[in-house]
Amino acid sequence: MTVSLYAVIGLAAYLIAGPFVGGWFAGVDRRITARMQGRFGPPILQPFYDVRKLIEKEPVTVNGGQDFYVMCFLIFIIITGGLFFFGQNLLLVIFTLTTANLFLVIGAYSSNSPYSQIGAERELLQMMAYEPMVLLTAVGLYMTTGSFNISDIMLGGALAGGAIPLKYLIGIFAGYLFILTIKFRKSPFDLSLSHHAHQELVKGVTTEFSGRTLALIEIAHWYENVFLLGFIFLFFQNGTWYMALVGVVVALACYFLEIFIDNAFARMKWQFTLKASWLVTITFGAANLILLYYFKGLM
Amino acid sequence: MSYITKSPWIIHYDGSSCNGCDIEVLACLTPMYDVERFGIINTGNPKHADIFLITGSINEQNISVVKQIYEQMPEPKVVAAVGICATSGGIFKECYNIMGGVDTVIPVDVYIPGCAARPEAIIDGVVAALGALDEKKKALDARPKISDTAADSAMGAASDDSVDGAPPEPPEDPILPGDDVEVKYYGAASEDEEAESAADGSGGGQEEGSAGDSGKEEA
Ligand code: SF4
Repeated sequence: MTVSLYAVIGLAAYLIAGPFVGGWFAGVDRRITARMQGRFGPPILQPFYDVRKLIEKEPVTVNGGQDFYVMCFLIFIIITGGLFFFGQNLLLVIFTLTTANLFLVIGAYSSNSPYSQIGAERELLQMMAYEPMVLLTAVGLYMTTGSFNISDIMLGGALAGGAIPLKYLIGIFAGYLFILTIKFRKSPFDLSLSHHAHQELVKGVTTEFSGRTLALIEIAHWYENVFLLGFIFLFFQNGTWYMALVGVVVALACYFLEIFIDNAFARMKWQFTLKASWLVTITFGAANLILLYYFKGLM
Repeated sequence: MSYITKSPWIIHYDGSSCNGCDIEVLACLTPMYDVERFGIINTGNPKHADIFLITGSINEQNISVVKQIYEQMPEPKVVAAVGICATSGGIFKECYNIMGGVDTVIPVDVYIPGCAARPEAIIDGVVAALGALDEKKKALDARPKISDTAADSAMGAASDDSVDGAPPEPPEDPILPGDDVEVKYYGAASEDEEAESAADGSGGGQEEGSAGDSGKEEA
């Protein structure tokens, strides 16, 4: 394996700038949300103030294991994004992402609070809802570019022949956008944890986390969001700089779209989440793959 | 100013309020008042909260609930009593099951009078609570760390005259009924109160001044 300069730059940029970009996005998100609701909204840097405050608070933990699990959650999220921006295997990235989320679920389960446990159960259901689509995305990118390696996908595939993967993966792109709502924890699918004031489950998975531990979860989410937007970026790559620019712009546009969806919908039940996301996975994701498989022979 | 004053998260509990004050608390979140401008978030979770807003008086049934919420909040934390019911019992004071204001159960830092307390007064009170929060944060920072005190006591065994730093502050006692409570009013200063605070002398005047300063930020 040859390590390209781009991969090293990508990794370094992600590790250092990732949380700042993610936190800034979160601040912009809150401001845009407020404007959509006719409010003025908090300062853009508010998420950083929140995290600084949480670090300053008195540490209170329910049990000794909790902090460990959350630490693992953060570390595995960083590894996930690190592998992604280092141009490694897409499947490996997806599996580390799952591992990371499982640590959060275990952390939430480890306390006896019913809110936290129901939050953990819902988190598992959400994972069931979005995992198939994430895997199909990887398979779709493999079928168009002939490689699971992100550094190869970035150059555009053999099949694509200079075209961006999106050309063959419109259905998969739509499906990925759909599950992105779940991953970003936006309404209507913010079942396990929400940044808004609905309190039916108190704070879901994070109910029993406070202070520094909660700050770690926030930072992990910033890292995760940057990585998830990176996926969108991948759909637009054929090795040219202007498509890289297009990729960034579209990723930002998708983020805006998610904020809009967040404000336009109420929270749905988990049954709906599961059914809807699997329906989308089958109709958009699987159908796209089948068509691609069929037409691949003709191209 | 520490970061805690830039991101105060609130938990709101309804004691035995008539719901008038609760509606006003929620009104603070609406586009009209939008407290999120100051980073204030209404969280339902005591473990995430910095400010405890209580509306309504304390009755026999919810003493344990209020105490539990208060205990679950990590330090530094402040309590704000919203409405005249939470301040002193209000119109329910004479009821057979009413203990009185919130300060009969837990220490209260800010009193926000009014029936119902207006959103402006609540915001003003919360901003005043930030001052109290900042002071508590400083007091916490000044307190020697547990490891330090352990080391100190170990040292003290060897040479017992080595008393470094101030001893840890004893926790503030809960204010009991019948105690002489110095009541600070924020937000709705009527003429009587102004006269009172003027008569109070420098202490009261300072309080008013600091509340006014922080109040300006919102304007
Ligand atoms: S102060 Fe007035 S409005 Fe508020 S809870 Fe009491 S009676 Fe209701």
